[in-house]
Amino acid sequence: MKCLKAIGLVLGFLATMLATALADDASIRATIAKFATAKNFSETGDIVRELAATGDARVQRLLLALGEGDVAFRKSDSAVFIVQEKGQTASLLDPLTGEAAGEAPKAAYTKVKVNNSLRRAIRDAIGALTLGAEDPAVRLTAATTMFLNPDAANLEAIEAAIASEANAAVKAKLEDARASAVLVSDRPDAEKMAAVELLGVRGDRNTLSLLTAYGAKAEGELKAAVDRAVGRIEASLAFWQAGQNVWYGISLGSVLLLAAIGLAITFGVMGVINMAHGEMVMLGAYTTFVVQEIIRSQAPGLFDWSLAIALPLAFLVSGAVGLAIERGIIRFLYGRPLETLLATWGVSLILQQAVRTIFGPTNQQVGNPSWMSGAFDIGQLSITWNRLWIVVFTLAVFGILLFVMKRTSWGLHMRAVTQNRRMAASMGIRTPWVDAFTFALGSGIAGIAGVALSQIDNVSPNLGQGYIIDSFMVVVFGGVGNLWGTLVGAFSLGIVNKFLEPYAGAVLGKIIVLVLIILFIQKRPRGLFALKGRAVEA
Amino acid sequence: MRGYNLPFNGLIKAGAFAAGMLAASSVFAQEDTIKVGVLHSLSGTMAISETTLKDTMLFLIDEQNKKGGLLGKKLEAVVVDPASDWPLFAEKARELISVNKVSAVFGCWTSVSRKSVLPVFEELNNILFYPVQYEGEESQRNVFYTGAAPNQQAIPAVDYLMNEEGVERWVLAGTDYVYPRTTNKILEAYLQAKGVKAEDIMINYTPFGHSDWQTIVSDIKKFGSAGKKTAVVSTINGDANVPFYKELGNAGIKAEDIPVVAFSVGEEELAGLDTAPLVGHLTAWNYFQSVDVPENTAFIDAWRAFIKNDKRVTNDPMEAHVIGFNMWVKAVEKAGTTDPDAVIDALIGVSVPNLTGGFSTMMPNHHITKPVLIGEIQADGQMETVWQTSGLVVGDEWSDYLPDSKDLISDWRAPMSCGNFNVATGKCGGKGVN
Repeated sequence: MKCLKAIGLVLGFLATMLATALADDASIRATIAKFATAKNFSETGDIVRELAATGDARVQRLLLALGEGDVAFRKSDSAVFIVQEKGQTASLLDPLTGEAAGEAPKAAYTKVKVNNSLRRAIRDAIGALTLGAEDPAVRLTAATTMFLNPDAANLEAIEAAIASEANAAVKAKLEDARASAVLVSDRPDAEKMAAVELLGVRGDRNTLSLLTAYGAKAEGELKAAVDRAVGRIEASLAFWQAGQNVWYGISLGSVLLLAAIGLAITFGVMGVINMAHGEMVMLGAYTTFVVQEIIRSQAPGLFDWSLAIALPLAFLVSGAVGLAIERGIIRFLYGRPLETLLATWGVSLILQQAVRTIFGPTNQQVGNPSWMSGAFDIGQLSITWNRLWIVVFTLAVFGILLFVMKRTSWGLHMRAVTQNRRMAASMGIRTPWVDAFTFALGSGIAGIAGVALSQIDNVSPNLGQGYIIDSFMVVVFGGVGNLWGTLVGAFSLGIVNKFLEPYAGAVLGKIIVLVLIILFIQKRPRGLFALKGRAVEA
Repeated sequence: MRGYNLPFNGLIKAGAFAAGMLAASSVFAQEDTIKVGVLHSLSGTMAISETTLKDTMLFLIDEQNKKGGLLGKKLEAVVVDPASDWPLFAEKARELISVNKVSAVFGCWTSVSRKSVLPVFEELNNILFYPVQYEGEESQRNVFYTGAAPNQQAIPAVDYLMNEEGVERWVLAGTDYVYPRTTNKILEAYLQAKGVKAEDIMINYTPFGHSDWQTIVSDIKKFGSAGKKTAVVSTINGDANVPFYKELGNAGIKAEDIPVVAFSVGEEELAGLDTAPLVGHLTAWNYFQSVDVPENTAFIDAWRAFIKNDKRVTNDPMEAHVIGFNMWVKAVEKAGTTDPDAVIDALIGVSVPNLTGGFSTMMPNHHITKPVLIGEIQADGQMETVWQTSGLVVGDEWSDYLPDSKDLISDWRAPMSCGNFNVATGKCGGKGVN
């Protein structure tokens, strides 16, 4: 009998548990369903807070999706789902369990709209919800959020989490979060003092922001401590600032180099004043756009590969256009720089207007593949992935070009023709074709520069115009006819520019650089690395 | 009044046709169209923005002709291309007025192009409708400003950030030319009048088409880490916005932390952009495509049918042209002639529906009344209105916050008829073009 009773008791207990779980489930679902009827942002905000108040870890998925704008309700029955969009359709996920619940076309549902204050509310709600999550990465994010948005009400939850935390990194972050929360709480001064000390050691910009905000309200000894900590952080940041300027300079230099490297061949090596160079860059960027459009409509899964696919195509498109320009116009104008300048300028206008007519005058959308988005930190230095990849890419292009010029027979022909055309012709080199293909090579490289520049700039018919002056500046400054000169020229211009910018401003900085270059050219008309020898005199 | 697809269209058309026949038979040699000049760049840097406005004008004229034209005559658009070249704007304006004999001109985008055509319109006495938000500090007899003055865009946006988002620290970032410089001067004076300290305002200018924003974005990040809520007020022009927002996104600056409110970013600019890093940032305009009123829906449908592209977006300067054109039509009907002097006088006080569900009226200072909307950029490139003024705001041509223009007013009604009347000295004539 006793045994039966016990079993009955256990069963009864289980049943109640199940019932409460179900009731919870139902009430949460009822709350979620209200998203479909919320009239404005503040009503949506109330629902978010209501969900957060349940303390149920399962709502976290829904809130995250809501913050990303991925929550929608079906038009037919107002059922709320998390949507994952793929092109024109989306797979629907259950808001609570995350299980797949079928598919729907875009037109069949309406997204729940979010604004900044809602996003902030969601972020805070998620921070508190995920402190006890399984995944240490999630806990770390939660701790970071709580650190950045200190709230005295969370203090006890954080302290409980610290006590049970095993992961060292998360624990350290939680300590920081606790310190920042202590500062806004009514804890005794001694505890606050310890918090200031702890934060002072961290020394990044976010801490500085927290401490300065707190310093404005603090008094007495506490204020002195805050000031000391702020001073320490500022000193360390000033050191990193210099490093940051160098990195920005390298990054700007790599963009300049990329834009100028094709010109270093057409203008530097061949001596053609090619005003249509910028349009070759633009054609490369539009090739990227077309490739991405095709990928978007045909094979969305390949999107991360779009740039790799666009590279050879851009090289071919711009190279072919370059070849046509050389064969059609420039070859009749060798030795007549003024006419070449005017003719290529005309070509640049024709190309611009052609692109404007075909694609329209507005900017075209070129997306960043996932591996080119975002940033990472080294110390207090924040480096964005797209800039890093562009630096790497530029150096790779430079290396390959150098190899082609110095180590292949074609490069040998090219150099022979540009150094002594008649001698080269006597040796049996078909100089007209070498000219044509050299020009095509320069144009093709401008095209692949366009692929990279489409990642950081507008893809519009005017894209090339922005780079043409800078490109000529780099080539002339570095020394006409010398690839290494172009490299050094680009990076030194970039770094000088970035060191001037914080003091002189972007506009004045640019002017100063231009004046410096003019003065430099007066002193050394052939640029940094002048070519020597008979070819120069000829 | 606009009446897209009104059922009695046909009736009016028939009437107009009959009237046209009559006119043609009585005075055979008389030209039977009213010419309207369209002065927008179709090539060069500004083509990106201005081409759409040219299409808008063609669309509006087409719609008006479907309704039977004006004063019994058909309207005829005369389109010229000033090619983003400021002196060429003046030449083309002269050509429109002297050679083509247009009755009014709709055109210009940049302030410098407007300044360049002002003397031409004054000399040849014609009418210009200017559809773009601008820096103010001007009121000319021959120009009607249908875009926003600073108090119809910049100041409400700053108010919103201050009151709703609690912003205390301000970055005023702009492209280095007259509109951002004047607007920022007004905003700086306004913020200081509101008690913002000088050290809490950072002003930054960049060249046209600036593409390397790393330093400035890191400066903004630094400026924003002083423990006070910070916002960026952006008067960055056109193309330079895309790399700016990309850099903000990559640097991890989110709209929740440092919102950017932009005055030159509209639906048209966003159409060519991966909007993911922009979501949540703000724009301030007098019209959004997303405004859900029947007038706007009808306009968007008719526009898309005309342009044969069901994805084309609409934007604020387009709405300004719609308002301006309808005002001109109404004023010509009221005056019974297209003679510029009569139309200029008739235009004041004319009221037409705007596309946000209200009415816009032409004021005696040649500026119009508009609502001000603050929108948040959404992932689909549209703006979601998060705030709007309760009523209409009257365009204030001479800013009350600048010391040398606060005493000036403009009133083009007789007997004052002055664009820069100084209320302190009681005389007409002060700073700027009169």
